[in-house]
Amino acid sequence: MKYAVWGLVLLLVILHQDNWLWDDATLVGGFMPITLLFHGGLSIAAAFTWFLATKFAWPADVAEPASQGGGEA
Amino acid sequence: MTQLIIISCYLALLLGLGLFSSRLFRGTSKDYMLASHSIGPFLLLMSIFGTTMTAFALVGSTGESFKEGVGVYALLASSSGIIHSLCFFVLGIKLWSLGHKYGYTTQIQFFRDRLQSDRIGLLLFPILVGLVIPYLLIGVMASGSVINGVTQGTFETSFGFDAAVTKGGVPKQLASLVICAVVLIYVFFGGMRGTAWANTFQTIVFMILGVVTFYMIAMKLGGKDTLMESLRAASSEIPREKLIRGAVGDHHGISKLKYFTYMLVPLSVGMFPHVFQHWLTAKNSNAFKLPIIAHPIFIMIVWLPCVLVGVWASSDLFYGQLPAPLKAALDGNPNIVLPLLVKQLAGPMLGGFLTAGILAAIMSSLDSQFLCIGTMFTEDIVKHYVGAEKIDDRRSIVIARAFIILIVAITYGLSLFEPRAVFTLGVWCFSGFSSLFPLILACLYWRKLTKAGAYAAVIAAIGSWSYLFWQSDFAANRGYTVIIPGTDYETMPVATMFLCSTIAMVVVSLMTKPPEEAHLKRFFA
Repeated sequence: MKYAVWGLVLLLVILHQDNWLWDDATLVGGFMPITLLFHGGLSIAAAFTWFLATKFAWPADVAEPASQGGGEA
Repeated sequence: MTQLIIISCYLALLLGLGLFSSRLFRGTSKDYMLASHSIGPFLLLMSIFGTTMTAFALVGSTGESFKEGVGVYALLASSSGIIHSLCFFVLGIKLWSLGHKYGYTTQIQFFRDRLQSDRIGLLLFPILVGLVIPYLLIGVMASGSVINGVTQGTFETSFGFDAAVTKGGVPKQLASLVICAVVLIYVFFGGMRGTAWANTFQTIVFMILGVVTFYMIAMKLGGKDTLMESLRAASSEIPREKLIRGAVGDHHGISKLKYFTYMLVPLSVGMFPHVFQHWLTAKNSNAFKLPIIAHPIFIMIVWLPCVLVGVWASSDLFYGQLPAPLKAALDGNPNIVLPLLVKQLAGPMLGGFLTAGILAAIMSSLDSQFLCIGTMFTEDIVKHYVGAEKIDDRRSIVIARAFIILIVAITYGLSLFEPRAVFTLGVWCFSGFSSLFPLILACLYWRKLTKAGAYAAVIAAIGSWSYLFWQSDFAANRGYTVIIPGTDYETMPVATMFLCSTIAMVVVSLMTKPPEEAHLKRFFA
């Protein structure tokens, strides 16, 4: 699963290039430029990918402190 | 006058919050510089996001999309959403863990320890400070310009400054001084805790005001009864060249390879010294989860409406209706498009609130940078060379505060000379930080990295940066690109710097003796 998450990060980088939309002037729903919609969607996909990363690729070697610093700021 | 009152109330509120947070100060240098590692997920998210987003997120994004089209979002925003979180995940968590374990406060302390080299600090210190200072200047100067711009016509006096320049508004110099004083007061008294609280408050302010401004402009520009109808009406007139990607960059399009290499620029976040300091404030590693996940969404919430407003403004619905002098002013400086839209469509009340939002975005970056440079001078220079054992905790705070006052004074003094060239330095500063990214990544993940390899990386990064900066006529050539020899392929200068630094680091590290295993065990599980 860890490798699948890193595969998704790579996919985000590839999708970011979006060569297929460079000359597309479509307005989705009559108001949203398709490039903007795609990249807005990519931001949401990035958030989801990083959510998966925190679930399945979280570093195992991180040493947590013994004391928690005396409570939240 | 309405706008001035709103701005004054906002600044007073901010000061109150900063002074309130100072009451939570525990009196130790660790608390002053790192909030005693007590920052939870929400404050960490808001403070890091506020720090990485400058006034450019509101004003520059609208101006750039007005000039270049919707592709600006892809170039600057969606890439940052992917890469910034990557930096938090890959670097932030590990650096926080090591910082907590070995008691680091600054990046340079980490590099000195990991590379077993005292002098790497001397090499890196002027580079890191030198790359941050133009950003401080941009913030200070921009705040003066914003306040002067929205208050023009308010006063009959020019407060002793040139009346032709102040145009009846608060003089830029005076406005910048007030902003510096406000930031200084809450950073001085509150340290990192005050900065984190103030950043959180300011981030909420500029995000909410950005969305409200978008709604108001959409309704006014579209002129229909419902939001959806107004959105459709506003978008229907966007010129085709602003809807396609060929229009992005330098007025004549950007090549696909140059666009791809632009993605290296947001890696700069991994080497920002002020972001490093924010990472170390985290209460535990789990506090990173929310910032890692939510950062791309937050970027979208701020940037997407601004980009849409920018392209609406380029249509006949707005630009086409403007008198010739205003068109000329906009063509000369697209960054005035958002204030102009608000002034023309929404009135002084929203104008005042939007100005508060812009100032919030500026100050939420300035505070962290001031605190960070003050901390670096205290920890990396004074305590390191005088001896930490000779400076007790209380004196550390006094020294840090003295340096913060000094940095604010120097930055303000430099801003009075109005070095307009700093505004073109933005992408060059980011590129400089990005070119050092391979070094910090290797420090954490490559056991064969050597001290000599690290020096080679830094020298190659700054050497290639200096050469390309000179080739670009010291940033005067805004569309400067590096063309791959023997081809027509254009790349961003950052790609060359990144490559030089990586190759130098790898080759020299492989040619020199790796560190002792016992030393490496401290950094690699």
